[in-house]
Amino acid sequence: MKSSKLASTLLAVAVGLIGCGKEEPKKPAAAVAPPAPSIEIKIGHVGPLTGGIAHLGKDNENGARLAIEEANAAKIKIDGKDAKFVLVAEDDQADPKVGTTVAQKLVDAKVAGVVGHLNSGTSIPASAIYNQAGIPVISGSATNPKLTEQGFKVQFRTVGRDDQQGPAIASYLAVTKKPKLVAVIDDATAYGEGIANEVEKTLKAANIKVLPREKGTDKTTDWKAVLTKVKGKNADAVFYGGMDATGGPLLKQGRELGMKAVFSFGDGACTDDMTKLAGAAADGLLCSQAGLPPQAADKKFLEAYKKRFNVDPILYAPFTYDGANLLIEAMKKANSADPAKYLPELAKNSFKGATGNIAFDEKGDRKDAEMTIFTMKDGKLAPVAIIKGGKTTDYAEFMKATAQAPSTPAPAPAAAPAAEPAKDAPKAEAKK
Amino acid sequence: MNRGKLIWTGVALVAITLLLLPFALSYAGTAWVRIANFAMLYVLLALGLNIVVGFAGLLDLGYIAFYAVGAYTYALLASPQFGLHLPFWVILPIGAAVAALFGVMLGAPTLKLRGDYLAIVTLGFGEIVRIFLNNLSQPVNITRGPQGIAGIDPVRVGSVDFSRSDSLLGVVFSGPMKYYYLLLLLLLAIVLVNVRLQNSRIGRAWEAIREDEVAARAMGIDTTGMKLLAFAMGASFGGVAGGMFAAIQGFISPESFVLVESVMVVSMVVLGGMGNVAGVILGALLLAFVPEILRWTVEPVQQALFGKMLVEPEVIRMLIFGLALVLVMLFRPAGLLPSAVRKRELTHDRST
Amino acid sequence: MVNGLTLGAVYAIVALGYTMVYGIIQLINFAHGELVMIGAMVAFTVINLLAAAGMPPLAVVLIGTACAIPVCMLVGYAMERLAYRPLRQAPRLAPLITAIGVSIILQHLAMLVWSRNVMAFPQIIPLTSYSFLGAIVTGVQLTIVGLCFAMMAGLALLVYRTRLGTAMRATAQNPQVARLMGVDVNRVIAATFIIGAALGAVAGVMFGTYYGVAQYTMGSVLGLKAFAAAVLGGIGNVPGAMVGGLVLGVVEALGAGYIGELTDLCRYGLGPEARCADGGHFVLFGSNYQDVFAFVVLILVLVFRPSGLLGERVGDRA
Repeated sequence: MKSSKLASTLLAVAVGLIGCGKEEPKKPAAAVAPPAPSIEIKIGHVGPLTGGIAHLGKDNENGARLAIEEANAAKIKIDGKDAKFVLVAEDDQADPKVGTTVAQKLVDAKVAGVVGHLNSGTSIPASAIYNQAGIPVISGSATNPKLTEQGFKVQFRTVGRDDQQGPAIASYLAVTKKPKLVAVIDDATAYGEGIANEVEKTLKAANIKVLPREKGTDKTTDWKAVLTKVKGKNADAVFYGGMDATGGPLLKQGRELGMKAVFSFGDGACTDDMTKLAGAAADGLLCSQAGLPPQAADKKFLEAYKKRFNVDPILYAPFTYDGANLLIEAMKKANSADPAKYLPELAKNSFKGATGNIAFDEKGDRKDAEMTIFTMKDGKLAPVAIIKGGKTTDYAEFMKATAQAPSTPAPAPAAAPAAEPAKDAPKAEAKK
Repeated sequence: MNRGKLIWTGVALVAITLLLLPFALSYAGTAWVRIANFAMLYVLLALGLNIVVGFAGLLDLGYIAFYAVGAYTYALLASPQFGLHLPFWVILPIGAAVAALFGVMLGAPTLKLRGDYLAIVTLGFGEIVRIFLNNLSQPVNITRGPQGIAGIDPVRVGSVDFSRSDSLLGVVFSGPMKYYYLLLLLLLAIVLVNVRLQNSRIGRAWEAIREDEVAARAMGIDTTGMKLLAFAMGASFGGVAGGMFAAIQGFISPESFVLVESVMVVSMVVLGGMGNVAGVILGALLLAFVPEILRWTVEPVQQALFGKMLVEPEVIRMLIFGLALVLVMLFRPAGLLPSAVRKRELTHDRST
Repeated sequence: MVNGLTLGAVYAIVALGYTMVYGIIQLINFAHGELVMIGAMVAFTVINLLAAAGMPPLAVVLIGTACAIPVCMLVGYAMERLAYRPLRQAPRLAPLITAIGVSIILQHLAMLVWSRNVMAFPQIIPLTSYSFLGAIVTGVQLTIVGLCFAMMAGLALLVYRTRLGTAMRATAQNPQVARLMGVDVNRVIAATFIIGAALGAVAGVMFGTYYGVAQYTMGSVLGLKAFAAAVLGGIGNVPGAMVGGLVLGVVEALGAGYIGELTDLCRYGLGPEARCADGGHFVLFGSNYQDVFAFVVLILVLVFRPSGLLGERVGDRA
């Protein structure tokens, strides 16, 4: 009697649980049952939509969204059906833990491909989940080399790696400024240390002496002790791998101490905020950004983006735009949205995107990714050179060579917009 | 039905619920199983900290250091970093032992300290551990510094790999579900240890130390040994939780072990009720699910009301933590589910 | 060295806030660092507004500070009244936990008000450097160190020469007896918090002006280091906080500068051959361990000399 009562209670609980479970999925993208001849293809995008770099996350998402909206407008047919692309946007808060959770959410939602994540710190743990589910993922902004070194067939990126950017700025520094002794400093974050290591390697390979590494943190405001030491060693160039919030004080304090050395930064501190943070001391700063500057991207993209979102792209939007387009392209070629079928097409894709020609090497990295070198002049960042495959091209010439419309008179107007979009570019926590 | 039967029915119900929960959750999406797993990790941590704070009354603000030690022990012994790939049942005890060792390292020099001083020193200890992890990439690369360690082996038992889906008797078990059951087992073990400790000689010794150390010593309690034991045991639980974290994530870096995480675990213990196992579990579950709850409520509500996001869920989460700490101390100092002793102590102790 | 002194002066003033509160009610006001942050943020907001209006730099900074002080005093008072006073009779763990809570709340409220972005100090103070005994000194540094000593002297006068000061010392000695003697203990404690908060505000402005940046997270690290300074000097001891702050500042600055060379094993012929060849280095601890100093100092002092450098009273607290 009692045991049967127990059993029935259990049964009730079990039923209740399953019932609950069934009720729970309140997917925002409540799939409207598509009419027979059309097919709905979900593409995920992940980036931080809240937190310190939410503006960059939104920028990335906009890039992917634009690509998808254009694809829908183009009425693409896949496997004989009208393809309707849907963007499933998720927020990873730039937190590795949340990153894996939302990656799982996208896998649960059966997306055909993913564009993201923004940070390397979230991309790396998430990539294992996508890899297991066999879903292709393209990051437009994660620059940590480790991401594509894990041997995952599904992982790609459209942006250059730290070990492409580091050598670029280092070789530019070595060739144009010819320093004898360089001090390399970083902020002990994955990004800062990563790029600083690459710079040091390149400099050493060019037979330039490098001081033992000095480090701060991503919150350091007092660099004087470190700089006094560097000054004492008579370093004639300084490279800092870190963000603008710490780079600004570094630069300012260096000049306060009377240092004459050339200062060079990576993309984390390659923003117009440097003028605000370091004042007049920022003039003459050299810095690099992975990829072409947004304003050097395809004109058509720039106009479409501006028209759709009413703002200029900030940093990586062209790369996520290309990422989403690459996925769609590969699906078109394979005539299927099945990840297993279109993945090989994606891997051997050669595609002309908003950021130039894109092809992947066997790791999933972009072949011949471009890097841009900027200098700070009168409080504005101006591009001075484009580096591609180890070859340095003057920016003005590069623009001339790539200008499609004759109405693009080269250097002067090109340099002006250079500053605009970067205005509210990566803030303190841009790269964790 | 008599009382004993009733309790057993209750236990059975809870057990069945816990066993079936992942299936229910995976209806809503495997992501929810993952969220449940992280929540369980926090419960593990909170229970470990409860030994130090709740039982022995030693406020530890650097507890996350032991979690980090456990995670890094796992990562170094089961990843390409040193080419070592030991099985998890070897590493977890090692991780627990190493963490316990760190616990003693922290405990030994701070034996004389009490209350707020101890809190500050433990906080400093937590930061020191994190700074070392972040910088031990030079001159010899041990932890890979801020780059973190990737490619950490998942848990494997025989041919069963916990990062993949398997089916058994026609039921599909996804990776997170398998981790769920493993964590559940660990959790059960740790709850048992906690409950048994509370009512043991050791538990009573801790209680005596917490109430009055001088008197405890006078009664013949080995206060030094007991305090070290509390640190070591608390730390070892943190180490186990850390090992599991490393295995589930497959990638760890120092940014997962920051001060805020320590504060979060302390909040869980304080909110739930220091010293009460059930309370601590409740506190941990509540706070661990807060971010997810906020994600589903705050964002849509704000979007609907203002058309855009004014206050981010992350900020609300932190404000809730802060407020929880203050309000609980002001109005319910013994926590949501107070332990009997604590309650007595906090409501009648008006002598200081 | 000069940089260390400047930094030390800021630590010292923040440490005074900790020490005063601790001296009187034996509470570590964890949220004190956040007061410093709020002071800097308020001042920066005002300064940025005024600088845009083109006022002279000195006036701008003074007005900014003048605005920051009352705001911090208010926050300090509210903190004491709402979060600490109700717990005055509670076990010691309780106010400590609320202090952590208050700290989190203040930090995130500040984030809501001022956003996460770094606030920059407008470039209004010219970078004048003087060469002084071979060291390079800027005007700002001199001002900070000077102000610090002035405030220190003022505080000493307040504590030892005024009625309020006497009341404060009496309360610190024994609140019950002080109350019997007609001292309004609650008011004295509130006054202590308010004075500490005002000092915090000034320290915030100094720190911000010196480095040119302020952010909502600046308070926690600064607060911790200042606390370490207070402990080093002997917590509850006013001159001790001063000495502790200066010593810690100098140790940090020198440490960051030289620890790398001191722990370069190649200098002692101990490093591995491959790394030391051709002027190579094998540095055990570099400037990356700068932030560890404060904590190590803290732990060492607490373990070996809990009364600090100048402390006389140990009590059973430590």
